[in-house]
Amino acid sequence: MIGDSSADGRSLLGRVRDRLEGPNTIGDSTTFWGAFAVVVAALAVYPQVVGPYTVIQTSRYFALAFLALSLCFIWGYAGVLSFGQVAFFGVAAYVFGIVGINLGSVTGAMVALVAAVVGGTLAAALLGYFMFYGGVRDTYVTIMTLVVALVLNTFMAQTAGSEWAVGEAQLGGFNGMNVPSLAFGIGQSGLVLERAALYYALLVTLVATYLGLRVLVNGSFGMTMVAVREDEARTATFGYDVPFVKLVVFTIGGALAAVGGVFYASWGNYVDPTVFGIGFAALPVVWVSIGGRESLLGAIGATLVIERMRTELSSGIGPVGSEWALVIVGGLLLTVILFMPAGVVPTLDDLADRARSRRTEQSQSTTATEEPVE
Amino acid sequence: MITPTATPLSISGYSLLALFFQFLDSFGFIVLATVGLAIIFGMMGVINLAHGEFILIGVYGTALAYHAGAPLPLGMVAGVIAATAFGVVVERTIVRHFYDRLLDSMVATWGLALVVSQLLLIVFGSSLDSISTPLGNVSYGPYSSSVYSSVLLPAIAVCVLAGLYALFTRTTFGIKARATIEDPETARAMGIDTDRMYVATFAIGSALAGLTGALYAPALGSITPNRGNTFLVEAFVAVVVGGQSVILGTLAASGVLSVFNATGSFLFGTFVGQMLLLLVAIVALRVLPDGITGYVDDWQQRRRAEE
Repeated sequence: MIGDSSADGRSLLGRVRDRLEGPNTIGDSTTFWGAFAVVVAALAVYPQVVGPYTVIQTSRYFALAFLALSLCFIWGYAGVLSFGQVAFFGVAAYVFGIVGINLGSVTGAMVALVAAVVGGTLAAALLGYFMFYGGVRDTYVTIMTLVVALVLNTFMAQTAGSEWAVGEAQLGGFNGMNVPSLAFGIGQSGLVLERAALYYALLVTLVATYLGLRVLVNGSFGMTMVAVREDEARTATFGYDVPFVKLVVFTIGGALAAVGGVFYASWGNYVDPTVFGIGFAALPVVWVSIGGRESLLGAIGATLVIERMRTELSSGIGPVGSEWALVIVGGLLLTVILFMPAGVVPTLDDLADRARSRRTEQSQSTTATEEPVE
Repeated sequence: MITPTATPLSISGYSLLALFFQFLDSFGFIVLATVGLAIIFGMMGVINLAHGEFILIGVYGTALAYHAGAPLPLGMVAGVIAATAFGVVVERTIVRHFYDRLLDSMVATWGLALVVSQLLLIVFGSSLDSISTPLGNVSYGPYSSSVYSSVLLPAIAVCVLAGLYALFTRTTFGIKARATIEDPETARAMGIDTDRMYVATFAIGSALAGLTGALYAPALGSITPNRGNTFLVEAFVAVVVGGQSVILGTLAASGVLSVFNATGSFLFGTFVGQMLLLLVAIVALRVLPDGITGYVDDWQQRRRAEE
């Protein structure tokens, strides 16, 4: 890693920054970290200044941001485009509900959290093993992941009968399943994560996950991921085990989606088969394409903005009724992918970079007077 | 559609016949749903995720013309024309930017799919009146099958495949189109207008999607803006199971998938049939990552190398 050998003499903060920064993430300047701190602080006081409805809605956007991070991580950094990240999101949501209902206590909710994340992660590992060691590539991976999500959608949709139950948990088919809230504590007493508490839990987890992913993608594993994205054959020639790298990446992606799924199910105390549906599966692709697939921050930002916009549109703005929300989202996706293929955040970063280098060039050319004029 | 009244597991001549009709029904559906997508994927390498919506435009064109008073065959022509025109516009404005960006093309066409199906919902409401299926049913023993969807449509499906085979192997246009796909640089050097070939190929794919929509407009029951997904999933699965070769791939994949789909549907209901189709597709992809035709190509090459 960059600066590892010279880090001894530097401050702790400098060493931490070395880990967080690198060529694979946007925003390595002191200005960026300043702005980042300001935004996080603003989000921390946000629940104090807005109404409870906005807090609850924002919690939902945060939960969905994990889904965006999951896709951004595997697509943007390893080149594996999955249309089925919602599968692991949904599996985790259902596992959380099933275990939570059957155990039915605060400790039970903690066990359910672990079980759900493990379940979603294992599902991703299994599918990843199946695909990457079977030589399934590129578009075929995309189709296969989507098919898996649709299989789950079809399957869960027909579980309405009372014979479809795991212990005390009725799967409920299209009607969905009620899910307990996330909670931390022992026995029946503890902190139940609802409203503002859920908001803060999500904010802390999201910021920690973002920073953790930055460390990961700027470390040596991140470099290998990018190598796989850029040229699989060459990476394999250098002795890297490409299927294994993809499997690890896909599994981590599944874990991220699973965390989001648990929060999402706990947020609404509810999960139904639409989490596996084609409409929901489209959303992560929309967020990540618009935000910029090679930018973790872009994926989070786009999720928050687009979901906020969808919430606003759901009540209709002026002549634009709620039915136009999908048209606008789809049109936005088309426009961005046509005119800013890298996504909004990387394009802005590129523009800022270019403006900066032009400024330095200008200041250089004004000082260098002996340059011949042609 | 088959309505079993006897216990399905008892094997008799009638139930075998019913199973056969179910197979034809499913085969015709998968071939027609797939063929437009397969042309665009096989010839241009673009996966058109708005394929379901192209079919839907065929359905809507047909239904609107029919409800406006046109006879059904004329309505079907209107559906095909609408889908073809839409395809040409989409190729010129969107798809042509993505010929070398495969994954982006999937994302872009998905965006298009969202917009189109939602616009259909906004403009035409949550459903159009259904069109009654022509030709009626044929009864045999305790079963009955629709002549239209179990006999006529599979027959049309086979004719479409045969026609495409002739088009791409026996005509100058077909040879030019294949040359363009094989090696655009050389094709241009030989005086082929490759741009026009791309538009034409995409238009043929769209026309076939429109034809599928037109043919299924009277067989769908209710016509709703999310009907595209019914076709899309089957088409996807068949294209990836079939592989790059358009006609043979579609034929082989539809044959294999419809055997499983029909048997599952016949014995245990449509839900099991659908699940079986998807599970077979997943297993097939795992075992044959380049599809059936990819595997056959491989095998032929190996045999040639051995000789």
